[in-house]
Formats: sequence, C-alpha cells, structure tokens
Amino acid sequence: MTLPKSYLKYPKRKKGMDHSLYPYSNMFERPPITWPGRRNVALWVTVALEYFPLISNTKAPFKAQGNMVTPYPDYRTYTAREYGNRVGIFRILKVFDKLGIKASFPTNTALANRYPFLINEIAKRGHEFIGHGTDMNALHYGGMDIDSERKQIKNALNGLRKATGQDVTGWLSPARSESENTLALLAEQGTEYVCDWVNDDMPYRIGSDKKLIAMPHTLELEDRQLLVNLGQDETTWKNQILTAFDCLHRESKTHGGRILHISLTPYVIGQAWRIKTLYDTLEILMETGWVWNAAGAEIAHEWRTQQ
Amino acid sequence: MKADPKLYDYWPYLNRPKIVWPGGKKLAFWVAPNIEFYELDPPPNPKRTPWPRPTPDIVPYSYRDHGNRVGHWRLMELMDKYDVRGSVSLSTAVCQHHPEIVEACNARGWEFFSHGIYNTRYTYGMSRAQEDEMIKDSIATVKKATGQRVRGYLAPALTHSEHTIELLAENNIWYSCDLFQDDQPQPLHTKKKSKLISMPYSLEVNDHYAFNVYGQSAGQYADLLKRHFDQLLREGETSGTVMCIPLHAYLIGRAHRIGPFAEVLDYITSHKDEVWITTAAEIAEFYRKECYADAKKHTRQVNGEGG
Repeated sequence: MTLPKSYLKYPKRKKGMDHSLYPYSNMFERPPITWPGRRNVALWVTVALEYFPLISNTKAPFKAQGNMVTPYPDYRTYTAREYGNRVGIFRILKVFDKLGIKASFPTNTALANRYPFLINEIAKRGHEFIGHGTDMNALHYGGMDIDSERKQIKNALNGLRKATGQDVTGWLSPARSESENTLALLAEQGTEYVCDWVNDDMPYRIGSDKKLIAMPHTLELEDRQLLVNLGQDETTWKNQILTAFDCLHRESKTHGGRILHISLTPYVIGQAWRIKTLYDTLEILMETGWVWNAAGAEIAHEWRTQQ
Repeated sequence: MKADPKLYDYWPYLNRPKIVWPGGKKLAFWVAPNIEFYELDPPPNPKRTPWPRPTPDIVPYSYRDHGNRVGHWRLMELMDKYDVRGSVSLSTAVCQHHPEIVEACNARGWEFFSHGIYNTRYTYGMSRAQEDEMIKDSIATVKKATGQRVRGYLAPALTHSEHTIELLAENNIWYSCDLFQDDQPQPLHTKKKSKLISMPYSLEVNDHYAFNVYGQSAGQYADLLKRHFDQLLREGETSGTVMCIPLHAYLIGRAHRIGPFAEVLDYITSHKDEVWITTAAEIAEFYRKECYADAKKHTRQVNGEGG
C-alpha cells in the first residue's frame, strides 16, 4: 500500500495556526484585566437546560451526550433527563438563592417553550439565558447546508429571545459542535460570545466578526464530564474546583483577573446525593472574598471594554 | 413514533402539596431487590441481542446466576436483621425455576411486582396483544405462586413499547417503576380511567449504576446512599419524599459489598421516627387514597389549565 504524494505535502506548515479563525496567543503575555471591585477571579456558573426528544436525530453524524440510548421508546433516558428540568433544577436554584449566585443558563428553545413556569422562575431571579439551539437533536456539524444552519440558529435565538424577554448575546452549540460556518452565522444573528471552544482560560476574539469572542466555558470541571463520564465522586469534583481556584487566584496576582467557570447539568448535580456538594463548593468560593460572581454577558462586556 | 410521550404533566419541584406519610413520617423508604432469571439461550429479538458472545455466553450468564445461588440469601439475611421487607422486582419465571426463593420471600411478607417473565424477553417488537399477554401471565404466575395480586410493574430489562403504560392501567396495576422523572410519586395519563401512578425507583442509585456504570467501590456506594437519604429526608420535611434502593443480589450480594451495604441499612433504620420503612404497594395505596387528588389539582394550576 502507498499513500498519494500529497500525503507528504504540508501546505500550512508555518508559524501560527493552521486556520484563520484566531491568531496564536500566549495567555501569560496578554495585558492584565481588572475585574470590578478589584476581585481576582470572576466566578462564572452555567447550567444547561436541555431537551432531549424521545426520537433521536438519525440524520446527524453523531448524537449529543445525554441522548436516547436504547431502541424506541427509551423511557428510561427520556424521563431521567426530565428529572433534571423539574426536580434537579429547583435544588440548584435553591443553592443559588441561598448564596446569592448569579448564573447563565444555556437553554434549548424547545425547553423554554415547553416549560414557561421554569423560565419565569429563572428570569425573575436575574439570571442570564444563553442560546443553546432548538433542542439536543438540532446539531451543527461540518458539511451541513449553510441555509438550513442559518435558519436553525435564527429560529433558536429568536425563539429564546421571545420566550425569555432577554437580548440573549451568548451561544453554546448543542454538543459544542460547530460547522465551518457557525461562527459567522452566530455573529450575523447578533451573538457576541460563543462557549464552544475549550482552548483558553480567558476570552479571546474569534472569527471574522470584530465583536464575537470565545469565552472560557471549560469542559474540565463540568459535572457531567467528571461525575458521569469519568466516574469520579463528588468530593474529588469539589477538590479539583478548589484547586483550580487556588491556581487562578495565584496567577491573578501577577497576570491580572482570571475566570473560574463551572458547568452544571441539572440531571447530574441536581441529584439528591450530589446537591450538598454544590452548595459546599460555591459557599467556599464565595466566602473567600476574592471572587466576582457574574453572568457570562457581564464578564464578556468587562473584558471587551479593557481591550 | 412520538417525540414527547406525554405520560405525565410537567411538575416543578417547588411549592408542591405537602405529603405526610403515615405516622407523620417524612420519607417513605423501600428496597427493591431484582430477582431475575436470564436465559442461557433466549430466542432472538429484532432490536436487542441478549448476550455479547455466541451462545453459550457463560460468563455474563453465570455472573447473574450468582445472585440466585449466593447473593440473594446473603441479602435476605441482612434485610431480616434490620427488619426491612423487600418489594421484589420479579422475573416471574423464577416462580417456576427457583420456587424456594419465592417461598422464602413470601414467608417474610415481602411484596412481589412484575418485572416480566424473563429478563431476556424484551418488549421490543411485541404486538399490543402479546405485551398484554406477557403482563397477564406474570400477574397470574405470581398469584398462583404466592397468593399476592401484583400491583406494580417494571418492564423486563426496562424495555418498553408505546402501549406499556396504558396496558398497566388496563390490568389494574397501581404503580409503574418505569419512569425516572421524580423523587415523589405522580399521577400518570392513561386513556382508561385509572389512578395509575409513577413510583420513584431511583434508577440513578441502582447498584448496577454505581458498580458497573460509574465504577464505584462498595464503600463509595454506601456513602452515596447515606447522603442521598440525608437530602431526601431533609426535603421530606417540606413534602414527603420516596427513596428506593434498587438492588441486584448478583451485585450487592458479593462478599466484598454486603458489609458496606449493611452500614446503609443500619444508618437508615436508625431514623425510624422520621422514616416510613415500607413496600412500594403500601406507598402506592396510601398515595392513591391521600395524595392523588391534590397532585392532579396542583399540576393543573402550574400548567395554567385552571384550578
């Protein structure tokens, strides 16, 4: 067997990235940021409100995590996800209420339309909604038709703006998956920050639009990733969040304000045996006196004004 | 095929009608040992292959058979010690294969509910009439073997059809363990007028999930169950909660696990003044009589369909 000659040609082999979405940048050489109140670390908490239909999208090349598993009808998975949006979420909101946490909620528009009661409970507490597609079947992926993707994004964003009464300037793609056109289409539809990329601990400009930034929406401390995918216990999850805080806090003294992001999933952290760990973790962070807790749009705005 | 099965109403876990269990208790606690029979050479199913290797796939077969030969007897002795009756999720063919197990449980006043005939006969592909025949067979089998009328259902291997819930109503079943949307019981929608409810079966704290999905140790699982209990007991003060421990003797009845599990029963039964230690049928009977009407009324209010 022999590969074609082109396999040993390297047309993008030069300094910098192999694409034009953003330039290379060493985080430790950037000008320092100062957060409001001169707090060292911005604490950004997000809670994903996901709707998984009982029928999966068989046209997409993959499924979002949390989607149906067994042959139809997968009542097991469908109802276990519903648990998050009716039981788990109210445990989480109670924790936020007690500690005065403001959070951002990536929200499937189908869920906002299904459960106006829940949307109202979140909105009246002053939390932020982030666009998160129509539902967990509405995926974006390389090679998809640009017009149908434009429609998908437009319908999801406009629907969520209508259901919540908020501007909705942030976006998280379902399953964090993008096509080659997603960033441009998001900017076109009024998105100002995107949460899909996992390559930085601070915001950075992304795509050809001048306003669009990538926010450090990390997968590394996500409840679903650590507690479900990696099977870690709650104490281990908590300790890693606190260790991350220690590191970021230390760096902030010489490099300026940092961001600690924690991504939550109602059907994971909202389980009865897990919820106390969330409370304990956030309580420790809030009581340090070093954190500025804010929604994604506020952090993005603050960062942008200092560029 | 339906994207939304519409089996129940959206019901936020917030300001629900207060449930007070008999004796003023805050938490209804039940244990569900799955006593199952898996066939060595089951007939093929169009949607699911029972065993990964060609028949005879002796390791997964004998792994489960261990429960009926060893684990069950350990678990039953332990439950005797703490005076906890089981609500058995029964592959009803166990009545024919291992009548000694069924007799021993029945003599202790344990409840039996239907978990199908064999855990290797899936609902996928069955006609409505075939599924009905299977359910009726399981009810008659338990009646004949124990004198008990089956009041609960958990589909074999959690395999369902679009008819399953309706068939339970038609067969005068009181509760379904098939849905995992809540930590409190909830009325289900059925065409036939019924008071069928969904019974919290706490799938996420199933020993199978702990050991074979999340890879936990027996000690971690015991700790999780205690924390789960603590939280549900706290919440039960606002409105009574249900905690189920779904078990498989082939998992929990192993020599290295039964000891840590004993600590869980010891812990929970030391809270008898606050906890109703009971069976699923007793919970269902009480709920249908005392809580059902309030639940219907409250869900109507929440979903804006008048009082």
